[in-house]
Amino acid sequence: MVTEDLSIDAVGARNTPATPEGPIQYVNELTTLNLGPTHPATHGIFQNILQMDGEKIVSGEQTVGYIHRAFEKIAERRPFYQITTLTDRMNYCSSPINNFGWHMTVEKLLGVQVPKRAQYIRVIMMELARIADHLICNGILGVDTGAFTGFLYLFEQREEIYEIYEEVCGARLTTNMGRIGGMERDLSPEAIRKIRKFIKDFPPVMREFENLFNRNRIFMDRVIDVGPISAERALNYGFTGPNLRAAGVDYDVRVMNPYSSYEDFEFDIPVGKSGDTYDRFMVRNEEIWQSLRIVEQALENLPEGPYFADAPEYYLPPKQEVYKNMEALIYHFKIVMGEIDAPAGEVYHAVEGGNGELGFYLISDGGRAPYRLHFRRPCFIYYQAFPEMCKGTTLSDAIVIMSSLNVIAGELDA
Amino acid sequence: MLTNETVAQDIIQQFGDAVSDFDDPFDLLTLTVTREQLIPLLQYLKDHKTFQISFLTDITAVHYPDSPGREFCVVYHAHSLINNYRIRLKVYLSNEDLHVPTATVLYESANWMERETFDYFGILFDGHPKLERILNMEEMDYHPMRKEYPLEDGTRRDKIDALFGR
Repeated sequence: MVTEDLSIDAVGARNTPATPEGPIQYVNELTTLNLGPTHPATHGIFQNILQMDGEKIVSGEQTVGYIHRAFEKIAERRPFYQITTLTDRMNYCSSPINNFGWHMTVEKLLGVQVPKRAQYIRVIMMELARIADHLICNGILGVDTGAFTGFLYLFEQREEIYEIYEEVCGARLTTNMGRIGGMERDLSPEAIRKIRKFIKDFPPVMREFENLFNRNRIFMDRVIDVGPISAERALNYGFTGPNLRAAGVDYDVRVMNPYSSYEDFEFDIPVGKSGDTYDRFMVRNEEIWQSLRIVEQALENLPEGPYFADAPEYYLPPKQEVYKNMEALIYHFKIVMGEIDAPAGEVYHAVEGGNGELGFYLISDGGRAPYRLHFRRPCFIYYQAFPEMCKGTTLSDAIVIMSSLNVIAGELDA
Repeated sequence: MLTNETVAQDIIQQFGDAVSDFDDPFDLLTLTVTREQLIPLLQYLKDHKTFQISFLTDITAVHYPDSPGREFCVVYHAHSLINNYRIRLKVYLSNEDLHVPTATVLYESANWMERETFDYFGILFDGHPKLERILNMEEMDYHPMRKEYPLEDGTRRDKIDALFGR
């Protein structure tokens, strides 16, 4: 953290009691504080230029784009299946949601109906991803308020989720999970065993975490009434996801526009009241429990049947087939070389990401790559509200507010 | 439940000639509006008693270099959380005149979305409080998402577009 005195507007003297050296000069002077670009408390690379009056924040200005990688431009030259790897890198705390969101967008364009089993597997993985995403946010909120223990407990469980990812798709962080038309492979017995183990082992840890935080006097003093935002302002700022729900608006894409069979599951949408940091924390905690409920239900009722759609032009054939069967070989070649023309069309598809409505706006002109692809990244849109939320608070509160907003640099910059 | 039919009828009645090209790809009402009537239309949808389309989901743009007079298209997605109804508005612009009125007067969230669109395409949002680049660096002197900037290095011989069907 670099502090520099720029003596912005030296206004001069207020009350001037006389001393032997003459009247005391009180100078009203603002300090410019560069919070970031690389500061551990920002959990990502973005800069906040704060104007401080002593410990109070007078105004803030953000600079973003430090890890802008031009995904939308790159996507215009890639076959559809290769764009999945770009979506991984947006909200890297919950990559599977991004992956499946993109797959579902393309499936909508192609008119591919995905079998129930694949949809349920997707739901399981997306909800595990949501748990992992919220665990990071709430764990780190603990760290930012000076409690490392909860973070450590939770990360052990997050590791279990990453083990499940590894079992399902072979990767941990940038998952590239699933394929257009379904899943790349079925849930293995080992994966199911790991998910069951997680469902059994996780609740005690989560309960312990909640016992540590929820009614903790020190924690509550640090977060209650810190960075509140009204429902009206939140909607005006384009908030979605847990941050909007904390302000009292029960908007959840999973319920409003169900995708991937979310309508089959029973779960509640927690809402907060004042939209302050404590509400955001509590909403995320409750969402973790609800996600766990969905995972349990999906695993209990996992339908039998194929785990990929019958869409030979888009879904890679099994490898054995490629060696023996001419048709399969042709399709394999065409898919890998990106020689499949997609139908022309214009699609907007939204999923409930870890941070809110993650939208994909895809225009296809009938070519092999999208004509235009735009990602609606929830972080990018709601991070605008940060200066308003931290105005008049102290620096330590600003850190907590930013942490509870869960701004993910990868999603912010795309 | 709002239907595309009722919303479209209502908009046509209010705005007449200013709106055109009604379509509903994948059941999402899409229409084109003139630049002058864009903000009044957004305002109308926002204040409408039954529609209440008062959530701005997204702003972006598309470049169509091969359609003279309509080279750029600014796309607005709006959403009614009450009725669970989405709508897509489009404003076509010609290459010579890339001015659009800003939506920040209605939605704070439009601020960065418009800056991003300016950064990518050079669309000028009139009245925007701070129309600067947001993701790319200040020194950049072009707008990278336009189609005249191909992604790959044109000097490379091993990547002939025709061979890859592009």
